[in-house]
Amino acid sequence: MTVTGVRVRARARIVARADGRGGTALPVLDGEGPLAPRRTRSAGTWAKVVLVGAMSGPLGGDRFTLDARVEEGARLHVGSAAATLALPGQAKGEARYDVRLDVADGAELRWLPEQLISADGSDLYVTTRAELGAGARLVLREEQVLGRTGEQPGRLTSRLTVRVAGRTVLDQELSCGPGAPGGWDGPAVLAGHRAVGQMVVVRPEFATDPPAARMLGEYAALVPLAGPAALVSAVAPDALSLRRTLDDVLTGLD
Amino acid sequence: MTRAALLVLADGRFPAGGHAHSGGAEAAVKAGRITDPASLEEFCRGRLHTAGLVAGALAAAAVLGADPRELDAAADARTPSPALRAAARRLGRQLLRAARTTWPCAELDALAREFPKGAHQPVVLGLAARAAGLTPQDAAHCAVYESVSGPATATVRLLSLDPFDATRVLARLAPELDRVADAAVEAARSVAAEGVDALPAVSAPLLEVMAQAHAAWPVRLFAS
Repeated sequence: MTVTGVRVRARARIVARADGRGGTALPVLDGEGPLAPRRTRSAGTWAKVVLVGAMSGPLGGDRFTLDARVEEGARLHVGSAAATLALPGQAKGEARYDVRLDVADGAELRWLPEQLISADGSDLYVTTRAELGAGARLVLREEQVLGRTGEQPGRLTSRLTVRVAGRTVLDQELSCGPGAPGGWDGPAVLAGHRAVGQMVVVRPEFATDPPAARMLGEYAALVPLAGPAALVSAVAPDALSLRRTLDDVLTGLD
Repeated sequence: MTRAALLVLADGRFPAGGHAHSGGAEAAVKAGRITDPASLEEFCRGRLHTAGLVAGALAAAAVLGADPRELDAAADARTPSPALRAAARRLGRQLLRAARTTWPCAELDALAREFPKGAHQPVVLGLAARAAGLTPQDAAHCAVYESVSGPATATVRLLSLDPFDATRVLARLAPELDRVADAAVEAARSVAAEGVDALPAVSAPLLEVMAQAHAAWPVRLFAS
């Protein structure tokens, strides 16, 4: 970790590798400062990692980078101990949080962190980029909560890109909060909803047998993407009802 | 180039089938989210800065000569809703048919061969503009204008809104349309060096979700 004035640059890395005995080893599990990945109990072939927030942040001007690589035959489950709270900092300018996920052919990643909460006055640009091999499997959930209870949201831009075998199957950016392009809270985009989330599921068999599109209540839909992937897209009044919608789909997948 | 070619392409009476689509306005009216000129304006503004910017950048990139197959795949990745992907291809096919007769050229013929089921409409719009001798800026303006004129016109029919009010909404958005078109062209210019990932990917979650709900309605006035 480097701290320059009041800005923090921090990086965490996770590498998951098949251990040759039907399980998954974690030869690299590095974090610094606010990014602390911890191995928890393993379940069967899976290695489980929990991201523990050791400092608050990201704050204005901070730059966090998180890289996870899942090698052939490995299975990694990543969660987080608490929600990530974007806060205003003493430093001017936006904070950045970049997540890079690499999932090899024949590997599987479940990326299920807690919510990202955009607090009043914060300014965060978060990117999540997943690169998958042709036969890789992925479940990736991301949830954004605009403001703590009764609070105005900060400025938040979030871009999610998923590539399978070198082909982009999903590229979505959402920009909201004060200073975002007009209409973000209007009838076309969020319409007053304060929680918004996506869950991407990539499975090789979806290439020939994709799930049928269906509504999940009034404000969420499961859709097949143009590629071996499906997406749940949802808006909700709050974090709890958003999680309930996404969890229902997650449970149905097993 | 001729300036008037832009008017021909942008004319609401250009026979490309756009009048059958509401750009999500029908679902928003039914849900009570568009009720008057003010909420129509906010709807259009949200669509402009998301789907409008993406469409403008795709169209401008097509004029600049980016590979239509890559642009079409980029449009797919930016359109999670299969109902909206299908609508965009249907509109693209109709526009291509009209454009091939209006501005016959080998490039449009090749596009038709490459995409028998239709390419995404903004990609076709860009290549039609190119065939008509128009600029990336012209194509971006066309695309961003369509992103708001469709919902505005549809709302006149759906809500019996005063057409003067709907037109006033469009006029009030004009300075923002210019800015979005400029941003679209700037993004399109970076495609040559950085590839299609440089294109904007701004999305509107409610437009995507509601498009899926709308597609399942047994009776509707508009196709999307």
